[in-house]
Amino acid sequence: MSAKRKTAAREIFALGAEAVVEGALLAGCSFYGGYPITPSSEIMEGMAERLPRTEDGVFIQMEDEIASLGACIGASLAGRKVMTATSGPGFSLMQELIGYACMIEAPLVLVNVMRGGPSTGLPTSPAQGDVQQARWGTHGDHSIIVLSATDVQDCLHMTVKAFNFAEKYRTPVILLLDEVTAHTREKITVPLAQDLEILYRLQPSMPPEWYKPFEETVRGVPPMPPLGSGYRFHVTGLTHDDHGYPTQKPDEVVAAISRQFRKIDQFFFDIQITDEFLTGDAEVGVVAYGSVARSAHLAVEQARERGIKAGLIDLKTLFPFPRAAVEGLLRRCRTVIVPEMNMGQISREVKRVNPGTSTVWTINRVDGHIITPKQILESIRKG
Amino acid sequence: MAEVTQLIHEYLRHDKKFPHVLCPGCGHGILLGSLIRSVHALGIPKDDVALVAGIGCSGRVAVYVDFNTVHAVHGRALTVATGIKMAKPDMHVIVVQGDGDALSIGGNHFIHAARRNIGLTVLVLNNFIYGMTGGQCSSATPLGCWSTTTPYGQMEKSFDFVEMTRAAGANFVSRGTVFHVKTLDKLVRQALVHPGFSLVEVLTPCHTQFGRKNKFKSPVDMYQWLKKAAMPLEAYEKLDPDKRAGRIPIGVFVDNHEPALETRYAAMRAKLAKG
Amino acid sequence: MTNPKKGQTRITIYPDWCKACGLCVAFCPAKVLEIDVAAGCARAVREQECVNCGFCELHCPDFAIVVTPRGKTRNGGTQPPQENGN
Ligand SMILES: Cc1ncc(C[n+]2csc(CCOP(=O)(O)OP(=O)(O)O)c2C)c(N)n1
Ligand code: SF4
Ligand code: SF4
Ligand code: SF4
Ligand SMILES: [Mg+2]
Repeated sequence: MSAKRKTAAREIFALGAEAVVEGALLAGCSFYGGYPITPSSEIMEGMAERLPRTEDGVFIQMEDEIASLGACIGASLAGRKVMTATSGPGFSLMQELIGYACMIEAPLVLVNVMRGGPSTGLPTSPAQGDVQQARWGTHGDHSIIVLSATDVQDCLHMTVKAFNFAEKYRTPVILLLDEVTAHTREKITVPLAQDLEILYRLQPSMPPEWYKPFEETVRGVPPMPPLGSGYRFHVTGLTHDDHGYPTQKPDEVVAAISRQFRKIDQFFFDIQITDEFLTGDAEVGVVAYGSVARSAHLAVEQARERGIKAGLIDLKTLFPFPRAAVEGLLRRCRTVIVPEMNMGQISREVKRVNPGTSTVWTINRVDGHIITPKQILESIRKG
Repeated sequence: MAEVTQLIHEYLRHDKKFPHVLCPGCGHGILLGSLIRSVHALGIPKDDVALVAGIGCSGRVAVYVDFNTVHAVHGRALTVATGIKMAKPDMHVIVVQGDGDALSIGGNHFIHAARRNIGLTVLVLNNFIYGMTGGQCSSATPLGCWSTTTPYGQMEKSFDFVEMTRAAGANFVSRGTVFHVKTLDKLVRQALVHPGFSLVEVLTPCHTQFGRKNKFKSPVDMYQWLKKAAMPLEAYEKLDPDKRAGRIPIGVFVDNHEPALETRYAAMRAKLAKG
Repeated sequence: MTNPKKGQTRITIYPDWCKACGLCVAFCPAKVLEIDVAAGCARAVREQECVNCGFCELHCPDFAIVVTPRGKTRNGGTQPPQENGN
């Protein structure tokens, strides 16, 4: 390995979207299927240029977002690390296949660069209106991982994280960005792959006759060989037993669905990433994510300058919701403010976990403009 | 003939419950036999076959056979198959879909997969109806036919799958029936080795949901009809045009050899690698 | 493959797999088969008439019928032929 250390980490001036591309390639993404949509197209264009030049990279523009996710699922079954990126309208089209990916436990990364909605909405303006859709958009009970990123450097790191979680937990991972994060250009460091933790899905260690593709294991995550490697099995969106065959037997159905929940929920401590800023002695707390967390960071600094004990939790993981961290903040602060570019989607979660020790205030903005530090600071001063 | 069934049994998953779920006389089972014989005749290892199925009675055949089998969601089998083929171009990726799956809900994917000329073997089991959901009309239900959603007769024209696939740009386009099994075996074998998008439209009786309601007394009646109606394309072309009504040409309609998408992609990558 | 001489074959029908669709019965050129309504499956009633055309075996949607040359067994010689189980 050390012989390879010829080059060093690079510094580049990049868009958030380009940082996603860098992160994906570092994580070992070798398949991208997508359909263009503002404000995510730069991710697609970056992959179109870069992937064919990598060792075995495949890029394909599909006929719509359903097809894009379908192709990613196929490639994931074939053993690839896969990614697609879209925005609201495309994300809505993908919902059925997100559930399919959950059901067949196909690792994949889906980036949704959120824009104003509903419908075609505000194509070039930022929003955070797809948060609950990311959690609950597909039909049926399911568990899923939803991440976000605050700035351009973060776009790179959270993309790597998204791939790692997808592989480690055999699940689709949704990375929610907003138009501002994706279209901000700033200087970032692109690390070397060998300096990062890069995870790969577990491979079976047993002979094919013994392999059960959806077997209950301690971690709840069965190994997943690529198609064509001698482990022939059946994959279906129908509720299936541990061989992958459709079943309607209550005990098998319950076992299958519970494992799909458990494999993610029991590792909450690994999955829930938060960035805490001055929360230790905070009396007024802020919970934010995405580009809003940047404004919130500044607002907290300014509040401290004015002698107000403010603190911020920047949620990098949105789901499973980082309950422990937020509950801690709610216990310490008399007021917790949740600014977001929607009518109140994460604030619902914050209120849900509030032990009654704090008042939860919301700042909501849906006019296609960012929430400014000033807006948040005003709220902190009142809080 | 004993080897025929014995061979099929070698490819079935014996940990699955048989008989399979399909109705008595459903033509989908005959196609499954044809597919197994064809893969075997070509000596393709089971490991190298990915069988991607849509949703419908047609999609249910996949679970019974010992390949790498993927039962996708309704209409999207071709998208999943496209991902597999691009990720593993050496695999034989076979798609089994119903008429509804392929050209009603999945029509957009179908025309684009054909246009891309990606190396998939696509078997469309056309029974002119939505079998699984109880006999609603599909884009293949013939004009005037009864279905639960066209109780006064189908008013819309149906798709001609062959012409549609030809127009979209596929390399290999053919039609067979489950009655003419030897021809069908031949078509499936050809489709399996033909580079690029290769279609076999397979006419197959669904007595339960289509035949019964459209003046066929028994499954056997439907096979009698297929036997009479279908004729080799070459003979059909020689027919007087006004004698063609009610006759269905079967055989190979398009036999082109343009490079498949995955081949073009590999060539582009090779060029890039050289700098 | 086709043996025009009659009576060279043995027909095995798996009663559990046969769904009595009648396809083999209707199209058998030698009228070898009939549906046994009570048993709910096809039955070779005139096995000696079979001309080994192979139609039934190729068309059975349920892989439920096997035509074996007499003298040979279904499994290649080591086991006795299975009786028509109905
Ligand atoms: C998105 C979606 N819409 C509708 C259905 C219900 N559905 C299941 S199968 C089917 C039609 C199947 O018809 P076809 O593809 O012709 O297959 P067949 O059963 O005739 O073989 C429909 C409408 C579904 N599963 N998913
Ligand atoms: S409903 Fe029709 S297509 Fe479905 S299994 Fe029965 S006969 Fe076959
Ligand atoms: S064709 Fe097969 S299922 Fe139908 S009656 Fe004959 S043996 Fe039975
Ligand atoms: S092989 Fe089958 S169809 Fe042919 S004559 Fe014998 S019993 Fe009849
Ligand atoms: Mg149909």
